[in-house]
Amino acid sequence: MAESKQNPQTEPKQAKEQQFSQAYWSLVWWKFKKNKLAIVGAVIIILFYASCGLFAEFVAPYRLDFQSDYLEARPQPITFKNAAGEFSLRPAVYGLDEEVDLIARQRTWVVNEDRIYPLSLFVKGQEYKLFGFIPLKIHLFGVNTEKYPDGTAFLFGTDRVGRDLFSRIFYGGRLSLLLGLIGQFLTLILGMVMGAISGYYGGATDILVQRLTEFVGAFPDIPLFMALAAAIPPTWSPIVVYFMLTVILVFIRWGGLARQVRSLILSLREREYVLAAQSAGASDRRIMFRHLLPGTMSHVIVIATLMIPGMILAETALSWLGLGLRPPLTSWGVLLQEISSVRAIRFAPWGLIPVPFIIVAVLGFNMLGDGLRDALDPYGGR
Amino acid sequence: MAEPLLEIKDVHVEFEVRDGIVHAVDGVSYTVNRGETIGIIGESGCGKSVTAKAAMQMLPKPGKVSQGEIIYHRRSKFDPSKPQEVVNITQLDPDGELIRHIRGGEFAMIFQEPMSSLTPVYTTGTLIGEALALHRWVPVTVGEQMSNKIMQYRHVTKEESREIAIEMLQKVGIPKPHERVDAYPHQLSGGQRQRVMIAIALSCEPFMLIADEPTTALDVSIEAQILDLMRELQQSVEMSIMFITHNLGVVAEMAKEIVVMYMGKQVEKADTVKVFYEPKHPYTRALLQSIPKVGRRTSERLASIKGMVPDPFHLPSGCVFHPRCPSFMPGKCDVIKPKYIEVEPDHWVRCLLYEDV
Amino acid sequence: MAEKIPVTDNVLLDVRGLKKYFPITSGLLRRVTGYVKAVDDVTFFVREGETLGLVGESGCGKTTASRTVIRLYEATAGEAFFRTDLFSTDGKVEMVNLFDLDKEQIKKVRRQISMIFQDPINSLNPRMSVFDIVSEPMVIHGLRKGPEMEETVVSLLERVGLRKEHIRRYPHEFSGGQRQRIGIARALSLNPRIIFCDEPVSALDVSIQAQTLNLLQDLQSDFNLSYIFVAHDLSVVQHISDRVAVMYVGKIAEMAGSDALYNNPLHPYTEALMSAVPKPDPKYESERIIMQGDVADPSNPPSGCYFHPRCRYATDICRTATPEFRELKPDHFVACHRAEELQLKGV
Repeated sequence: MAESKQNPQTEPKQAKEQQFSQAYWSLVWWKFKKNKLAIVGAVIIILFYASCGLFAEFVAPYRLDFQSDYLEARPQPITFKNAAGEFSLRPAVYGLDEEVDLIARQRTWVVNEDRIYPLSLFVKGQEYKLFGFIPLKIHLFGVNTEKYPDGTAFLFGTDRVGRDLFSRIFYGGRLSLLLGLIGQFLTLILGMVMGAISGYYGGATDILVQRLTEFVGAFPDIPLFMALAAAIPPTWSPIVVYFMLTVILVFIRWGGLARQVRSLILSLREREYVLAAQSAGASDRRIMFRHLLPGTMSHVIVIATLMIPGMILAETALSWLGLGLRPPLTSWGVLLQEISSVRAIRFAPWGLIPVPFIIVAVLGFNMLGDGLRDALDPYGGR
Repeated sequence: MAEPLLEIKDVHVEFEVRDGIVHAVDGVSYTVNRGETIGIIGESGCGKSVTAKAAMQMLPKPGKVSQGEIIYHRRSKFDPSKPQEVVNITQLDPDGELIRHIRGGEFAMIFQEPMSSLTPVYTTGTLIGEALALHRWVPVTVGEQMSNKIMQYRHVTKEESREIAIEMLQKVGIPKPHERVDAYPHQLSGGQRQRVMIAIALSCEPFMLIADEPTTALDVSIEAQILDLMRELQQSVEMSIMFITHNLGVVAEMAKEIVVMYMGKQVEKADTVKVFYEPKHPYTRALLQSIPKVGRRTSERLASIKGMVPDPFHLPSGCVFHPRCPSFMPGKCDVIKPKYIEVEPDHWVRCLLYEDV
Repeated sequence: MAEKIPVTDNVLLDVRGLKKYFPITSGLLRRVTGYVKAVDDVTFFVREGETLGLVGESGCGKTTASRTVIRLYEATAGEAFFRTDLFSTDGKVEMVNLFDLDKEQIKKVRRQISMIFQDPINSLNPRMSVFDIVSEPMVIHGLRKGPEMEETVVSLLERVGLRKEHIRRYPHEFSGGQRQRIGIARALSLNPRIIFCDEPVSALDVSIQAQTLNLLQDLQSDFNLSYIFVAHDLSVVQHISDRVAVMYVGKIAEMAGSDALYNNPLHPYTEALMSAVPKPDPKYESERIIMQGDVADPSNPPSGCYFHPRCRYATDICRTATPEFRELKPDHFVACHRAEELQLKGV
């Protein structure tokens, strides 16, 4: 009898649950969808994380450690001619010839319009390991080297040691974007814990945490960073340096989030449902994790999204100053650092191509964050 | 004797939202007479405030008047002997000059929450002065031609505005008006804030005051003070009051005529005494029986209205009240939409009990 | 649990000399510059199965008093004796001072005391389902588990007039009246002896108020519950209460049986309050007593009787001496110097 009673009971129960979650998320999704900018932002961010984070090896025509003979070559122009010089829909690149400028005493690269290398999709190229363990040779695009053994595809040119800039932007994006994500995640945890403690307990704890955030926030960023960066021994492996940089950024930036969480907790603490839980005998921990923190989540997600660009820009700025990531690691900041001399800008201006990528990524996060705020806010308040 | 000021004729207001169209107001008709008080009662979401906002042409988006008209018999503020203009408010441009003169200048509004309706960064004097600068005019004689004076009107000056503000504060019973004119809203108590709201509303000598739950947020003793004040002021200047409330006690004291609304529909309209002593509509009756009355502790249980207020997107068929109605007639009430009929002189009801069907 | 008093009558809760002062701080060092005397020497009691109404205007301390009794705030002074068998070894009931209990004991005693709140939106966590909300007290006290808990929740929901299907829904899907029912189901989940109702119907529509009041009365007779019913609406309080206490600026002005208080008030404040209530009767002619001015500021109350600046019967003694709260007639307590001589009008 108990069984017959249970079965029909659990079934509609699950259906109900689904119906609710659909209703809730459909509302959020509907609001989000209405905001075209937010959709654009979301698409940009997804594309960036997919192309840089997951599939950089596949998207990039060359491996990160590949050094060609083309040193500081200008970007190869794209043309719509086939190898015979007739019009074709398939894009191709012109070859480059080295010339020595006797007056400037410098080698330069000039376009040779007779050498035309058609670009192909899913072309076989250098071997790599996708996700670190799937050995593959297929790249998104490139010049078929079996047909054109001397063909190259340096769409954004190369650097002083002959590395393809296009490939490096995607490899660099991986570190920069991942640092934004991981760093923000750690900031989130630290900020939420500190903010929640400060807001819930109040009193002396609150004052202590508040003064601490003010103290950290009042430090001039760059000198503090220089000091911390100097403290990282140069013998450490690049991965540890990368991790340390993340930790340092988190340490500088958690205060703002902690303050926001604190004020949210302060306002939620006055809700009667918290009082109801207290009057039922709930412990502090239960009230914090069941009643207070879930209520701050939607706000926190929005704040965090809007803070990621700051993280990415901080990495870029610090690496550019030479305080952050260092070669052989490649990040957007490192790429920019390499052209931080007048000579580089004068003779290899294509080195600035990463800048628009950074701008688009930052704008994408901002558009996504604004959209999330609009979609989650009216509901999150209650 | 009863001269109409505002006639609301079969007004329908719709809100088009994601889940469909909400008929917030569905056929409301009543007349506000000069110098009289009409009470609009109903539960939350019944459309009583929406009607008032429509009369000010202040419907929040995406609301719009889809049918009916609101006729305003406009008397010149400067020269009462001039013939009245007839203005259809629903036809006015919501941002136009005329409606902005009417709003605040001729119709004034006071709200439930006196704290959030006063901008906290301005003193009471500034707040009153703001309204005065827009709507109060001072006559000036510019010359004389034969026996006629040529009059012009100018805005009030700063000094005059302050004087009027002090005078208004005195009128609404705020102690030490000379000091209080420089007080900020947070320095006033709840009752005093509502008095300031009334002072702002009345400073431009409006023809009609729309009071939307003006005492709901106040304590009983303050409520009594404010109601007394409103009655006094109404007697001293000829002003109509549209009194919107859910409190039957308040409306019994204030109104001469009562409109009862339920789910956007006007279910009953009659003289106040008739509504309380001979209610016709089952909803009105149930409402009157369901409130505990102070001093009369008779039965152990209250006669409650069963069920709950329906979802505005899925209104019941036929009469909207039928699922909760004690006099529900199967086959009739759930099928036929009742008409709004006059069952006795000046006593209108929307109920099938009084229709031959 | 040091102090015990004898179990008398059928008194369930006996509050004596309750004080709750909130410090006013200023400056960086948070120096205490004064106190808001939210509750200032309040004495009342509740019998088993009865409803005590606590009325007064906003800021009079009625909510603070009730929350202090159940130790959501720590009392400044006073005692609150609660009749319970939770702590006795021999299963006998005894009067226990709630203010002497330690953290574990107070958690235990919360099974027998629960609360219903005013705001049906704010009092339910929007991110928890009805099941989570109603079962939370049982989870906290580890009382029931699994299907047994679900059955209990369903029966509680059905008892307050909700349906089984509602169990997986979330608060925003309900109307105000239904949300208040969810709150009532939560309050009932631990089988309490007494429920503190803090303005439980003032946020509800008129037609829903009556349903909720009836439900509360039904539950009271079914479970032999006691209520402390805090509200500002005098007619609602009169309807539901057996006895009523009128509070003014942190003190109880008058406490008596509901009918005695409304028909024959002994305190001028009660009289004025009654006369100020708008009567739903257009033919009712009454001389209304308009109290001048505003409610006194509890951080800076007037001298003597706190009500004297607004009282039309005030004499010299009212301005200087604090009136004693005394039992003038059987079961009719009042704090007014002139209570004996005044002939006051009820409603």
